[in-house]
Amino acid sequence: MDIQHVTRLARRHHSVRARAVLALGPLSVLGGLLWAVLQPYRVTVLDPEGQGFWWLFVEPPLLVILVGVLFAWLVAPGLIRDLEEQER
Amino acid sequence: MQPPAEHVHWLFATGFLFIGLCLLAETIVGPEVWRRQAWRTYLWPGLAFVGGLFMWPVMVFYTNSTIHMIAHSSWAQVMMLAGAAELGLARGKLKSPYWALTVALAFAVSGAAMLVHEQQPWLFSRSAFLHHLSGWTLVGASLFPLGRTFRPSSTLLRAGFALSFVALAVILFADRDVAEIFGHLSPLAGTPRR
Repeated sequence: MDIQHVTRLARRHHSVRARAVLALGPLSVLGGLLWAVLQPYRVTVLDPEGQGFWWLFVEPPLLVILVGVLFAWLVAPGLIRDLEEQER
Repeated sequence: MQPPAEHVHWLFATGFLFIGLCLLAETIVGPEVWRRQAWRTYLWPGLAFVGGLFMWPVMVFYTNSTIHMIAHSSWAQVMMLAGAAELGLARGKLKSPYWALTVALAFAVSGAAMLVHEQQPWLFSRSAFLHHLSGWTLVGASLFPLGRTFRPSSTLLRAGFALSFVALAVILFADRDVAEIFGHLSPLAGTPRR
């Protein structure tokens, strides 16, 4: 499942339910991006000097973005395919 | 090398957010579509079980007090029990739908443990506030898995169940070890961070 396939899925005409599922990942990514903009000090990689391992490994806004990407990449495409098969 | 407590909360928040998104997707498409792939059927119960396993190192390494150890170990046990029961139901090894009550039990016990092991008042610090908030959220949200056991087809109960995980993730992501809450911070709490 590659990014091009995910993009193709997003461009096709979908039912309301399919669009709702497709929106979950990007909404999570958007939430993480907004959080990073509003509280840039929570993204320690922007100013890594003097930070320990855990402060660089665990950065909440980036984790929210990661969850959105993982969901959109690993879960949503197969689920949309199964949903559309059932709707046909 | 041991991470600060807030980092552990954020890592668990990441897992809960992922579970929340998956359960929301299941609510949207319906269980029939969700279960078309076997791995999706086992995803949430498996993550709950693994989450319970990860609670054991938390119990071992974060020994602030006896009540902390008891709280963390009770979470570990009820999360593993709920995950295992849901796995058994998904696989068909467990026949009685009442095994799903273990999820309600996990929510109620986790909420109670969260409330009991936070001995400071609500506005002592952000951490204290969020422990109280997550405790009451879990206790209240236990009604969703409780209702889901008896009305498994209810979209409202499924959505509430899924959103409980998202809410818990938001609460845990907001946690800091020492920080203000609504302008309040006890001088006993320590030096605040942003």
